[in-house]
Amino acid sequence: MTTPTTPVAASAATGVGTPKAGASTQARQRTRAAWLFLAPTLFAMALVAGWPLARTFWFSFTDANLTDMAASQFVGVESLRAVLEDPDWWTTVWTTFRFALVSVFLETALGLIIALALNAKFPGRALLRAAVLVPWAIPTVVSARMWGWMFNDLYGVINAILLYLGLISEPLAWTAEPGLSFAAVVAVDVWKTTPFMALLILAALQMLPEDIYEAARIDGAGPLRSFFQVTLPLLKGPLMVAIIFRMLDALRVFDVFFVLTGGSTETMPMAGYARQQMFEYQLIGVGSASASLLFALIAAFTALYMVVGRVKLDEGA
Amino acid sequence: MKKVLAGLVAVAALSTPSVALAEKIVIACGALGQEADVCKQGAEAWAKKAGHTVELMSVPTDAGQQLAQFQQLLAAGSSDIDVVRIDVVWPGIVANHFIDLKPYFPEDVLKQHFQPIVQNNTVNGKLIAIPWFTDAGLLYYRKDLLEKHGQKPPTTWQEMAQVAQAVVDAEKKAGNTRLVGYVFQGKAYEGLTCNALEWVDSFGGGTIVDSKGQITINNPKAAEAIDFFAGLIGNVAPKGVLSYEEEGARGVFQKGDAVFMRNWPYAWSLANAKDSPIAGKVGVMALPKGGPDGKSTGTLGGWQLGVSKYSKNPAIAAELVKYLTSAEEQKRRALVASFNPTIMSLYKDAELLKANPFLGELYDTFVNAVPRPTITGAKYNQVSTEFRNGVHATLSGKGKAADNLKKVEAKLKKLGKNGKW
Repeated sequence: MTTPTTPVAASAATGVGTPKAGASTQARQRTRAAWLFLAPTLFAMALVAGWPLARTFWFSFTDANLTDMAASQFVGVESLRAVLEDPDWWTTVWTTFRFALVSVFLETALGLIIALALNAKFPGRALLRAAVLVPWAIPTVVSARMWGWMFNDLYGVINAILLYLGLISEPLAWTAEPGLSFAAVVAVDVWKTTPFMALLILAALQMLPEDIYEAARIDGAGPLRSFFQVTLPLLKGPLMVAIIFRMLDALRVFDVFFVLTGGSTETMPMAGYARQQMFEYQLIGVGSASASLLFALIAAFTALYMVVGRVKLDEGA
Repeated sequence: MKKVLAGLVAVAALSTPSVALAEKIVIACGALGQEADVCKQGAEAWAKKAGHTVELMSVPTDAGQQLAQFQQLLAAGSSDIDVVRIDVVWPGIVANHFIDLKPYFPEDVLKQHFQPIVQNNTVNGKLIAIPWFTDAGLLYYRKDLLEKHGQKPPTTWQEMAQVAQAVVDAEKKAGNTRLVGYVFQGKAYEGLTCNALEWVDSFGGGTIVDSKGQITINNPKAAEAIDFFAGLIGNVAPKGVLSYEEEGARGVFQKGDAVFMRNWPYAWSLANAKDSPIAGKVGVMALPKGGPDGKSTGTLGGWQLGVSKYSKNPAIAAELVKYLTSAEEQKRRALVASFNPTIMSLYKDAELLKANPFLGELYDTFVNAVPRPTITGAKYNQVSTEFRNGVHATLSGKGKAADNLKKVEAKLKKLGKNGKW
């Protein structure tokens, strides 16, 4: 949503800066037009994203309670402290980051393999490309529920297959045991989001110029060598962007956990913690504080990733 | 947006002038088994009689999630819902959002209901909801399997485990490998709080927080009870039970794959329905005692109907509540779906006793059911969550009950300092 607007705004801004005196009237007109076109979006964003966000930040400094919202009072950092001192919060932070790292790693690896396969020319490629996208098109709640039935310990198809193949001797309770349910959640997320990764990588692959590969072939590089020394370095930029997209999504995860697991603190993401505080305990203040912390954590993580990522990119250049 | 909606409503009202006085009342009434259908029949019967229309709001099956949904609607002052079905543990949490129903219900009508429930629904002198049906945990068992293997219905939980194991072993030899011994509600949600409270109380371990507000959960009897059930997981009870709600447990039992099941009364008429594979093969009894010195108990459940403070038509909504909680409607619901009435005289109704044989026998269970610690008021959900997280950890093999209950106690002490909630 926001990405297409940023380059426009950026180019409009540089447009003002570069041609200094000469075409300034035209530049100013273009800037005005740009703002004019952006205004509705900015207004809508402020209304549906800015306002709730600001309110959440405000609530995190109060002791607001759902039973009587009018009685809420400013309490400073009291609510934030309550969250930071709660060991359960740190359990959810650990769960969320573990989930994000594991699932995004798997999605990237599998997505890369699938993209490379789909990049090759073979009959029926267009059909296959479309088919790969099906899991991505299913709403998460629906796919999580679907997998929940497949993971059921007594009548689920996963246990039936594993039992039939003799890989397990008795049915596993996939969604009940904390260890297994984490694996189940990761599996569902990987199943759902790998197509997204594959598509982004495929788009990048198709931008790569054919002649580099020809040159590599003439220089005697095999397919493996040309992948590691040509494809991968050229893909780095798009890959970093795709990964950050997925990381942001994965750190905010809520629905897969909510639908698939029991809702015990053992298997709860940060967003689940915020929900529990707000709507099960009526503690809007503490819940908002944890939501703000979630926001801050993601922002910090993204900043760190961008800094580290850019340094590496510079070295490569 | 509002104007557009108002316009649409106006157009709709103009185009059908004959029903211009009819109001639409929205009710949320639950989603277990056939609950929504039975509620709809009742509400529509009223609508026809009263000349209004009713609409059902869909709700999640998990009571905790229902509460979250209502909280969001009510805190926003939404008039989208008029009549809300309230759990027996909610009055302290939601009281602010409901109207006082005393003006609509004369004293003699209220006297017909179980008095403890009426008191439970009265918060600071305000009657926020009318009792609709009451619940207590029951033990369902496969009469046919017990008879086949020469076993008697158990009187203690220990016997239950032995009987279950014996039946499962014998059936396994005969080639029935799918059968499990015992299923209950083991997912970390409100249902587990209900189940675990029954275990603890039946072993003589008290009620988490006593009626004076003191935290009592950290005691050897409570630990013994929870350890006993943790020991059942993986042999008598399948591991998957740790993710079951009511319907998950009923799914296994009703397919014929479990010997015993703990569930609420609603499962009775479903287990005996025409399309049920175990129709006529089911017995039901009070929950077993926790050992020879223990007692037979069940967690008090049950639901009430309240009218939202933000309803545009509180008087009409109260009429609907009056209809649905009346003796005739409670009887109908008990007949078709075994929802236990809250009106005492119905427990002597011959027709009802025939349809639900447990009603008469288990009258005492329903009257003496163990209440959840609602003295904790608005903090009840936090207390319940801490308790069941401790229980769930023990059931999934993370530490002994004694250690986990000590942690629960420490957390509860932070919530309610010196018995103040």
